[in-house]
Amino acid sequence: MIEVQHVTKRYGPVAAVSDVSFRVEAGQILGFLGPNGAGKTTTMRVLTGYLPPTEGTATVAGFDVLKDPIEVKRRTGYLPETPPLYPDMTVREYLTFVARINGLSAAERGNRLDQVMERTSVGDVADRHCGKLSKGYRQRVGLAQAILHNPDVLILDEPTAGLDPKQIIETRELIKELAGDHTIILSTHILPEVAQTCERVVIINKGRVVAEDSPDNLTGRLHGAVTVQLQVDTGGADPTAALHAVPGVAAVSVGEPGDEGRTIEIQSAQDVDIRRDLANAVVSNGWGLLEMRRARLSLEEIFLQLTTAEEPAGDGENAADEENAADEDLDEPAAATESADE
Amino acid sequence: MNNILAIAHRELRSYFVSPIAYVVVGLFALLYGYFYIASLAFMVQFSAQAGMFGGGPQTVNVNEFMIRPLLSNTAIILLFILPFLTARAYAEEKRSGTIELLLTSPLSDLEIILGKFLGALALFLLMLAVTAVHMGILFWYGDPELGSILTGYLGLALMGGSFIALGLLVSSATRNQVVAGVGTFSLLLLFWVLSWMSDSAGPTAGAILSYLSILEHFDDFSKGVVDTAHVAYYLSFIAFGLFLTAKSVDSERWRG
Ligand SMILES: Nc1ncnc2c1ncn2[C@@H]1O[C@H](COP(=O)(O)OP(=O)(O)OP(=O)(O)O)[C@@H](O)[C@H]1O
Ligand SMILES: [Mg+2]
Repeated sequence: MIEVQHVTKRYGPVAAVSDVSFRVEAGQILGFLGPNGAGKTTTMRVLTGYLPPTEGTATVAGFDVLKDPIEVKRRTGYLPETPPLYPDMTVREYLTFVARINGLSAAERGNRLDQVMERTSVGDVADRHCGKLSKGYRQRVGLAQAILHNPDVLILDEPTAGLDPKQIIETRELIKELAGDHTIILSTHILPEVAQTCERVVIINKGRVVAEDSPDNLTGRLHGAVTVQLQVDTGGADPTAALHAVPGVAAVSVGEPGDEGRTIEIQSAQDVDIRRDLANAVVSNGWGLLEMRRARLSLEEIFLQLTTAEEPAGDGENAADEENAADEDLDEPAAATESADE
Repeated sequence: MNNILAIAHRELRSYFVSPIAYVVVGLFALLYGYFYIASLAFMVQFSAQAGMFGGGPQTVNVNEFMIRPLLSNTAIILLFILPFLTARAYAEEKRSGTIELLLTSPLSDLEIILGKFLGALALFLLMLAVTAVHMGILFWYGDPELGSILTGYLGLALMGGSFIALGLLVSSATRNQVVAGVGTFSLLLLFWVLSWMSDSAGPTAGAILSYLSILEHFDDFSKGVVDTAHVAYYLSFIAFGLFLTAKSVDSERWRG
């Protein structure tokens, strides 16, 4: 539905976006993730026909954004970073205007307007001036404006920015609902949002795509080596040696004993499931196993790893030789970065 | 066409919900009213003086002594006032980001420009319509010639259209309305001044300068003459202004 091929956008000599390629299938939600200045807004502006790409091509619903901009715009609803509201119009007047320039006839307008205002819950400010709305309401009216003409493609630049927690949830639900018959690209800084709403994630940094995958795979595939976290009541004994003896264990880091026993982090060698053996070892030593879970890198950590400038020091694959498991945590995603670029 | 009207309609109503329309129309009515009364007083005085020599009050030519100078003064008023009408047309949309709505909606640049042009033109014509009352009063008391009044108004409309086109062009080049307003005014002033310079310049340069001068082309209209050359001048001025506005909007897009 959306295809971006080698798009570069330069502002003067500065490339805001370089050689970005990705595609979105019909009905999918794609999350666009990146730190400030990464080029999210620029990419979206290229897709909506607002900015022509300097190089490369982008097609939406089969139409090239440069050659058939009007056809692209007909099929696209766009919520810019700042909702484009006219302060002197009431919400209803504004939406009527947007409906008009999108070619909705007077007959279609009335119904559609009420429907959309209800969906985005802006009904109770329908007769207020856009300039007097709170940030959250502006955002919602912006969203209403984007979905008004029922476009095939929705491009939403930070749709939940400035909303209260309840509204964030409602907006995410709305976006998920819309996904069935719309193809959606949304950008965000909020990582859980991506995990919750999106089927695919494109992580972009300094104008380049650094990773593209499903949120699950992104978190999952960074785990060649698995970290297991245990909560064990050892009754004063030091469990380090006993746990090291378990086959497949690469590193053990034992915390101070507390009310809830000790927190122990154990790093396995590549792709070995050590949980069963660990449980046996704990039990056979007569300790109390209070909790065991497989730690996953959170999206936050992945995101930071992928988008921080410095190359992580050390080599993740040789991490097994090292004693200190805490260091390995830092090293590990280095391998992941490489695989993410595949 | 529907798109153009949608834009024009929005422009027009935004003039009326902001103070702009009231300030501009009010100021215009005030200045026009002043010149109206001044030229009326002048004419009455003139006719009284003429009466003293010829025995009994004389009827003077209302067109020549009152309407023509009034129309010329109106042209100058417009030069001062219209820049404020068009200043925000693009500048404000760019500043507030609503330009992003227009440029990502299925509208062509031309539709947007024509819509904005028509919106401003409509307010301007409304402004002129107010003066029909003043003219009507002259018909009540005197016997002016209708034809040259109508051609004078045609001239004003064409000239005002040219001012608006230039105003849109300047507004499209900035995101600051004050800059747009002052810039337009300065350019219009320059076009006006060209006609003074043409008086002192040599024959060829003088002809060129007076051809370029926006106000020079208005004279014949106020005398009741519709010369196609003047009509063509204003129409091409408008067309060229809007064309350059389209170019300016498009180049902004490429520059980002
Ligand atoms: N009009 C412009 N002129 C020059 N440079 C620009 C312009 N717009 C954006 N940039 C630059 O392009 C780069 C990408 O900007 P962009 O707005 O796309 O980032 P973003 O990912 O949307 O950031 P954010 O999360 O802050 O919204 C930035 O370095 C920015 O400074
Ligand atoms: Mg942005």
